[in-house]
Amino acid sequence: MPLRKDIHKVLVIGSGPIIIGQAAEFDYSGTQACRALREEGIEVVLVNSNPATIMTDMETADKVYIEPITLHYVKEIIIKEKPDGILASLGGQTGLNMALELHKDGIIDKLSIELLGTSLSSIKKAEDRELFKQTMIDINENITHSAIVTTIDEGKEFAKTCEFPIIIRPAYTMGGSGGGIATNMVEYEYILGTGLTLSPISQVLVEQSVAGWKEIEYEVMRDGNDNCIIVCNMENVDPVGIHTGDSIVVAPSQTLSDIEYQMLRSASIKIIRELDIKGGCNIQFALNPESFEYVVIEVNPRVSRSSALASKATGYPIARVAAKIAIGLELDEIKNSVTGTTYACFEPSLDYIVTKVPRWPFDKFNSADKSIGTQMKATGEVMAIGRTFEESLLKAIDSLDIKLNYQLGLELFDAMTTEQLFEYISSPKDETIFAIFKLLQKGVNTDTIHDITKIDLFFLTKLKNIVDVASEIQNAGIAWLDYTLYLKAKKIGFGDSYIANLVNVPLQTILKLREKYPIHPVYKLVDTCAGEFSAVTPYYYSTYESKDDVIKDDAKKVLVIGSGPIRIGQGIEFDYCSVHSVEALREMGYESIIINNNPETVSTDFDISDKLYFDPLTKESVLDVINKEQPIGVIVQFGGQTSINLANALSLQGVKILGTSVQSIDDSENREKFLVLLNQLGIPLPEGKTAYSFEQAKAITNEIGFPVLVRPSYVLGGRAMEVVYNNKTLEEYMIMATDISKEHPVLIDRYIKGKEIEVDGICDGSNVLIPGIMEHIEKAGVHSGDSIAVYPPQTLSTKTQKLIVSYTEKLAKALKVVGLFNIQFVMDKHEKIYVIEVNPRASRTIPIMSKITGIPMVNVATKLIMGQTLAQLGYKNGLVKSKDFIAVKAPVFSFAKLNNVDTFLGPEMKSTGEVMGVAKTYKEALFKALLSSGIQMPKNGNVLVSIANQDKKDSLSTLTTLYQKGYRIMATKGTYKFLVANGIDCQVVKKSDVIKQIKNKKINFIINTPTRGKISETFGFSLRRTSIEYNIPCITSLETTAAILSVANYFILNDKPPIYSLDEYSKGAIK
Amino acid sequence: MKNAVLLLKDGTYFTGENFGIEGEVFGEVVFNTSMTGYQEITTDASYNGQMVCMTYPLIGNYGMNNEDSESYKTHVEGFIVKELCQHHSNFRATTSPNDYFISNKIVGIKGIDTRALTQHIRQFGSMEGVISTKCGNIETLLKKLNKYCQTKRQLVHEVTIKKPYIFEGNGKKICLLDFGVKSNIINSLTKRDCEIIVLPAFSDANTIMSYEPDGVLLSNGPGDPRDLPQVIKVVKTLVDKNVPVFGICLGHQLLSLAMGLTIYKLKFGHHGGNHAVKDLLTTKCYITCQNHNYAVSHKDIPDGITITHYNINDKTIEGFIHKEKKLLSIQYHPEASPGPTDSAYLFDDFIKMLGR
Repeated sequence: MPLRKDIHKVLVIGSGPIIIGQAAEFDYSGTQACRALREEGIEVVLVNSNPATIMTDMETADKVYIEPITLHYVKEIIIKEKPDGILASLGGQTGLNMALELHKDGIIDKLSIELLGTSLSSIKKAEDRELFKQTMIDINENITHSAIVTTIDEGKEFAKTCEFPIIIRPAYTMGGSGGGIATNMVEYEYILGTGLTLSPISQVLVEQSVAGWKEIEYEVMRDGNDNCIIVCNMENVDPVGIHTGDSIVVAPSQTLSDIEYQMLRSASIKIIRELDIKGGCNIQFALNPESFEYVVIEVNPRVSRSSALASKATGYPIARVAAKIAIGLELDEIKNSVTGTTYACFEPSLDYIVTKVPRWPFDKFNSADKSIGTQMKATGEVMAIGRTFEESLLKAIDSLDIKLNYQLGLELFDAMTTEQLFEYISSPKDETIFAIFKLLQKGVNTDTIHDITKIDLFFLTKLKNIVDVASEIQNAGIAWLDYTLYLKAKKIGFGDSYIANLVNVPLQTILKLREKYPIHPVYKLVDTCAGEFSAVTPYYYSTYESKDDVIKDDAKKVLVIGSGPIRIGQGIEFDYCSVHSVEALREMGYESIIINNNPETVSTDFDISDKLYFDPLTKESVLDVINKEQPIGVIVQFGGQTSINLANALSLQGVKILGTSVQSIDDSENREKFLVLLNQLGIPLPEGKTAYSFEQAKAITNEIGFPVLVRPSYVLGGRAMEVVYNNKTLEEYMIMATDISKEHPVLIDRYIKGKEIEVDGICDGSNVLIPGIMEHIEKAGVHSGDSIAVYPPQTLSTKTQKLIVSYTEKLAKALKVVGLFNIQFVMDKHEKIYVIEVNPRASRTIPIMSKITGIPMVNVATKLIMGQTLAQLGYKNGLVKSKDFIAVKAPVFSFAKLNNVDTFLGPEMKSTGEVMGVAKTYKEALFKALLSSGIQMPKNGNVLVSIANQDKKDSLSTLTTLYQKGYRIMATKGTYKFLVANGIDCQVVKKSDVIKQIKNKKINFIINTPTRGKISETFGFSLRRTSIEYNIPCITSLETTAAILSVANYFILNDKPPIYSLDEYSKGAIK
Repeated sequence: MKNAVLLLKDGTYFTGENFGIEGEVFGEVVFNTSMTGYQEITTDASYNGQMVCMTYPLIGNYGMNNEDSESYKTHVEGFIVKELCQHHSNFRATTSPNDYFISNKIVGIKGIDTRALTQHIRQFGSMEGVISTKCGNIETLLKKLNKYCQTKRQLVHEVTIKKPYIFEGNGKKICLLDFGVKSNIINSLTKRDCEIIVLPAFSDANTIMSYEPDGVLLSNGPGDPRDLPQVIKVVKTLVDKNVPVFGICLGHQLLSLAMGLTIYKLKFGHHGGNHAVKDLLTTKCYITCQNHNYAVSHKDIPDGITITHYNINDKTIEGFIHKEKKLLSIQYHPEASPGPTDSAYLFDDFIKMLGR
């Protein structure tokens, strides 16, 4: 059937903020879907609360609503926009759940709006455990022995019928939230309890584990004419038992014969037909490694993280095709945009192997439980393409950007004995692969490792091959590192720095050798068809073979360096910036080239840039691409710290860094130089010094006094940043910090507990444009990424704002910034302004500021980088007049997924994503932001209050408000005494009873400020963790509490501020 | 590891390492884009006279077993891969890939840039080549290759059975003309309870009719159908006698020629498991397994022929039926092996066509 004529306007539901289990992949799929629909002349209305996305750009859809994805707001949008159809299957679990809610509400039927693509009954069949089970039984597909339970008792009954381990999967949660594998009754009851609480319908599937079987996934597409194709199948290197988001995954499957491949392919098609899915779907199987026996683990009736991976792995644009199918097109009517001549009705054939490796946040959450299982913990992932498994795996490890220069991570386990290593790999952990490398290096055979880990021998022997080649090189030394051996090393995927390390020579020696031979990578094309047809998409990966697919051209090229995997502190916003930079370059007529390795993002979509290199962001890989392409220069300021960290190394190799110079970058990041500069400019900064040892640190604190803010220089997302109150903690910190960065010292600053203010500016070297100022709700000491931020400032005097503008201009000019920069200020109680830091690069807030001010900041910055001036682009200097609406950014956390992570807000960033609320007034905007971020203030009920001593005085006014709003206050002993003494009626709760009260749902809201110091006291920590597990809001900052209370009436009275689209806000068409 | 070289007729050569046995082998070089199914491919008689380059770079991962062969021996002249797995892993594997190629006396070359070779064939068409572990002198080898090109091999003769054999069954009686039949075609029919009489390719019409078959199946096989005029004549006779005929791949091409259609050679053929075919009667699309270098031309389609299937990408003819006669002619492989099993229903269609 051709395009449907009755669909003119479609509402696309986005996936909201980035959280673990629902990340950038939905920006990628949502953006692709919007474009695919508009290509067909359909008017697209979009709702998504996540501002840091390409999807919410005004250019992506006809109408963009950055509003909360709640039933009320989505209904408002539907009533206002009257779409003919709703597309929910591209917005992850959030989109699907919203579709179910809308249906339940009745509005879709009432207004005769069609849910496009997969129907609701299909979604239910796939998502509802009981229905799914019955459906699979009906079509003779096996599933594991399981039961649906809604109470702990039912769960216990089931446990009697089978053996442990038992897997617990809550219904309707994403990323397996609340699930796990229990090996005994105690674990079982605990996980079951959590799962029942987290499932919105209190329904949990418990099933006998098939842990140890092969986990195989199929990505299937089906159109309205029942045509089905497999885009790709994937094999998890880690066997069943580990969430696929936390598994190392390869595409295509490696250990399946054609019989097994086709058996599961046929089953996939049978399943997608039975579920009547129209669009894309992901089916996971467990396959017995010793027979043809298999079971269906689960079906995702929508575009998923795996489909984003499959799209990038094959070049097949799943989201685009799914969107076209939703509006009636059939697979044989949709062009394959990779070849331009063939059609979407085919199955991609790969002539390379793809490896995906998860990126976990454990570098930031030291205390976190690093075991991995059925609950996803990774914040992001990297993908690498190679012509051998070894090459693609090692390239993927390189792409992780975990500063693991030595690819096999062997030194991580230097201290462990073989026995300890066996113990380590006996349960899956984030660094299992490195431990296996170590065991292999110690000569342990692959069979032994297979017996423990159940990882297929195919993969283990490949790992052994890597270790063997490493020792061959080590043995050969520089003396025998001949052409053949060096080429072998490159083909297996070793970086030059690792080879240098193995043969124990400086990197320079290896580089000379490489030039002498010479050996360089070639670049192959990802073309969906294994070379069978000529392809038009310039999507390349490096490998060491004979023929290069890149066609030489003499265009004026610019390389933009991407930001790699999504991690805490470096999220989707930098992908947003990279994409806009590339678009600006194309607009200016340059050939734009991007290098990146994150399969979840828009920037790695092959039609964004003129050329896409899917490769690691190491110095070596980037230089190879530069060598190949000979760009006129490289832009490093949009890819976050990953790319900025490359600036110096590239520059030393003679690469032209476009925009702000390497010198200026250093001037702003080198503390000593920065101090000198600020002194010259007369701009205050908190007193501070640089220390390389504890002794030095102690001397500094003697001088400036506690508390101090300590951090290593050159950090990402405030990693390892702390507020320190005494010598003891300082000493602990210094011991730890020297491991963090041997080359860079620790910075020690006086900690000023004041208001934090943030400015993003654009500078052409001599003129400065400041689109806006943001003020933070939380005081300095809470990482800016975790703070609620408000535009324009609500409490700053004109004088203060003028001073900030003046400092900003002075600094940018002095640093000769060309492009974007971000400055963070703190204001003490005397309204004195200090500079905390300057980042001569794009910041987290660029997408937000661009969207609310209407100034395309990255576009402008890119043009300045390429030599234009602000004046030429029609921009005046200084602070742009504020818009007549308010925008509030709120952080979103993923604590439910990360056991043992303390949730209190501090100088280390912990949030995984953000949302924005926009409205006419501050309170309305704040309310929307809070609602979008998932914070629900109960209308009434019990609020537990436990305040640290140092905060008690400051807390009084906030707690008085709380009391006046009619909440019943329960307090721990010290807080109780304090409140009673101040005339606030409340009830005392014994610390030992608190956890029980939470479990019994006697507490609806928690306010808990932690006692100072990194090591969390037992009570507060367990209080905060329990609140997460039982899904009760727990606020750890008094300022946040006050902000929430200031808009409590919206929650209490169920009052909802109106919705407007972005262009209505920007035109001022709001009431 | 022994050095090996692959030289193409146009002088292009690739150097790599030897696997399987040492030697010097000649054949037409084609590429196959299937990511699994290498054992089925090496034992498919349609590849007689051809050397196959696998586009997927890791071959041999799941080893070799006793169940997946498509005939009693290997048929490829030589085998070309990027990497041959040293440590295979699969519960059914009985032999390592290298041992398999040694025991089947296949000369293999590995470690070459198979994508570059594939692109070369795509650009310049499939052509003859030689794999040698004996001689690295390109000029000498080229001379030998040119000499090979002048020989005319009887490809079907080489692979067809010499004597009839019978598979018992209680259902329809099928005469199967073996031009190099894949065992899963036979399996697909026995699964449907057919009695099958497998006959040598060059059986005459009377011999075939003497079995009083309910229908005749013309199997897949190697080479140019136009080299088999005597077979075409036999098929014509069968059609004239209103015998229901099912042609698969080479069988389809022979049936086409018998019905007055014309055949031409494709530049590099279709070899893989991902080709989409549209059924014009049902408007449904199928992902099919294909392995052919020749195709039926759109030109001068005689009256009575209804084109039922075409290739979505290059629009080549993939199947036809006849308005009056009971004919089913399919260019691709409903028996799969390797490849998607979506088209197995065509065997049911065939049985249905035979009537009661």
